[in-house]
Amino acid sequence: MLVWAGGEPASTVLQGRVVDPGEGIDETLTVTVEDGSIVRLEPGGDGRLLLAPAFVDPHVHLRTPGREDEETVASGTAAAAAGGYCAILAMPNTDPVVDSAAVLGSLLELAREEADVPTGFFAAISKGQRGEELTEMGELADAGAVGFTDDGRPVVSAGLLRRALQYAAITGLVLALHEEEPTLSRDGHMHEGAVSARLGFTGWPAVAESLMVGRDLALAAYEDKPVHVMHVSALESVEAIRRARADGVPATAEVTPHHLCLTDDAVLSLDPNRKMNPPVRSEEHRQALLDGLRDGTLSCIATDHAPHARHEKDAPFEEAPFGVTGLETAFAALNTYLVRPGVVPLPTVLERMSAGPSRAFGLPLPRIAIGERANIVVVDPDSEWMVTEDGFRSRSVNSWLLGATLTGRVVRTLADGREVFSR
Amino acid sequence: MPEIRLAQPTGAPPRSPRRHLLSISDLERSDVERILDTARALAGSLDRDVKKLPTLRGRTVVNLFYESSTRTSSSFELAAKRLSADTMSLRSSGSSVDKGESLKDTALTLAAYDPDVIVIRHPSIGAPQLVARLTGAHVVNAGDGKHQHPTQALLDLFTMRETLGRLAGLHVAIVGDVLHSRVARSLVEALALVGARSTLVGPPTLMPRGVETLGCVVTHDMDALGDADVVYVLRMQRERMGPGAAFVPSLREYAARWGITPERVRPGQVVMHPGPMNRGVEIDPRVADSAASRITTQVRSGLVVRMAVLYDLLTTGPVAVSTVVETHPPLEVA
Repeated sequence: MLVWAGGEPASTVLQGRVVDPGEGIDETLTVTVEDGSIVRLEPGGDGRLLLAPAFVDPHVHLRTPGREDEETVASGTAAAAAGGYCAILAMPNTDPVVDSAAVLGSLLELAREEADVPTGFFAAISKGQRGEELTEMGELADAGAVGFTDDGRPVVSAGLLRRALQYAAITGLVLALHEEEPTLSRDGHMHEGAVSARLGFTGWPAVAESLMVGRDLALAAYEDKPVHVMHVSALESVEAIRRARADGVPATAEVTPHHLCLTDDAVLSLDPNRKMNPPVRSEEHRQALLDGLRDGTLSCIATDHAPHARHEKDAPFEEAPFGVTGLETAFAALNTYLVRPGVVPLPTVLERMSAGPSRAFGLPLPRIAIGERANIVVVDPDSEWMVTEDGFRSRSVNSWLLGATLTGRVVRTLADGREVFSR
Repeated sequence: MPEIRLAQPTGAPPRSPRRHLLSISDLERSDVERILDTARALAGSLDRDVKKLPTLRGRTVVNLFYESSTRTSSSFELAAKRLSADTMSLRSSGSSVDKGESLKDTALTLAAYDPDVIVIRHPSIGAPQLVARLTGAHVVNAGDGKHQHPTQALLDLFTMRETLGRLAGLHVAIVGDVLHSRVARSLVEALALVGARSTLVGPPTLMPRGVETLGCVVTHDMDALGDADVVYVLRMQRERMGPGAAFVPSLREYAARWGITPERVRPGQVVMHPGPMNRGVEIDPRVADSAASRITTQVRSGLVVRMAVLYDLLTTGPVAVSTVVETHPPLEVA
């Protein structure tokens, strides 16, 4: 269930190069929106701006309840609107954890009052995300959960995960998995490799992820139940997911902009805004992620938007928490570092930011087609802008892109027929 | 007794190429050579009756130590005093750190006194970089977690050069727990910088994956010591033996396989150790106290090298104001 505050349906005329890979459109069109719905698509018009199906982010930390100083439903969804998103899914690793219908219900109520874009909430797989007992998945699904995850932590026990796969079938919802073998990643602060050897950090090796990905795909295959692998970072994970999908395992996977754009060389600066979990890895891994993105093994781009208080990131790298923000920079970063240099085609990026995540979680597909609700992002593709601390709608500024000059900027967002952002 | 004369430079006043000393990887070979040459010149002062030089009169050096330390903290403090700087030493225990003050706030508090140099030791990688970002002082890394300890590497190079007469072409075997050693990481990089070779020897569980990319050979075989000019012994930290963190089966097995015994030291080889030693574990007391040992020389080198580092940062740095004539390099011993 996606909920939000909503607003007046928009009536407007948009012009630009419309790229909707799902509809097979790539041409300059004039798009007429009346009462929130697309009523006309006519050839021609000013083709300077880019129009695409608005984005869907399956992995956002709204930090509410518990850390409203870092993000609120209002600020996080405002950031999403500014990033071109028409829907986001929030993680349950809050304080308290979203592991009961009461907590979930209060969040849904809050989102109905203050969410700028349609928002869904994951519930935890295990009570308190402790990895011991299953949550009341049936009641949570009835209350409106969009899926289950213990994100932030792996489900360490294979036995518990197997039960979760079996039991979640009564809900029809997907389990989203944070893949990390904790005895291998313990004390790890960055990718294990040449850079960690130089800097002296305990490594968080790629095998700590791929080992769990392999285990969980085997369980999903055995139970024939769907799984979604979150924030994939390792070459071996991509290969395992590709093989499993080819074998018919109902698995989807996501990758973040920072894993697609950065390597572990970025940590040499010891900037705490380059510290994330899983860590950015070496070029070999990054290339495998790009291959996976291109061939659809990784069908979703997710920001893993993880706001952190300024004073917590203003610490030595080793003491700083994991995570970076991403909602307001995702498209611009991918456009700057992947699309414009010709690494990944624009339609692929657009598809993985919108249709891919929608399909993975059974959400309505944003489409630019007559009769559809308007879920449209408008981008000025040539606009150059610098990422600065004062430019964010998010309450937190821990962006891995601070100081970078990006090309391409979201200038307008329509979500479910409403204009939720315009610059 | 030689007079130490600090010569005026010719031409334009020198500009420092380095504002901080955070990591060996920030240095070039010429920086290392300049610092070692300065240390050489300053070494002459150690033999004088009056050991104090007026070079850094009016300067303030703050020592901020978040980890226990004997030789590093004492030698930085003495180095600053020998150069006539005002010094202030803070330790994490007994200070506001005990009350939960963040490193950022401690750094900003100290920066309010406008110190010229902040020397920092901290258990977390990246702490000196944070202080460098937050304050206007020159920052010297006196050890940050498992990352770097650049003045240790410089004093080790100085000791090797004084003992063996050269650095280029030397072969140094570094033995022990490389994984947890900022000393090893700094030294390997420093040796590569000056054209010396290094071989890392120790248990495979204590070798960081990918460390060979620093430009060294990695082996668990003690026979690799035979070819070395210097056997550099690393401290085997007992805290690495805790439950769940057992990198080797026992200290007994470690000592038997990798301990430096008299039988494992070839005549003519030099033995070094950064201290503090675990006698009977990584080094046999007979080796530690033998003629091959340069361990106390290292301590003495530490003083002059740290004097040289302070001198290098403060007399050629962008904030250098030469109110005292003697504060210009290069140093010459007449």
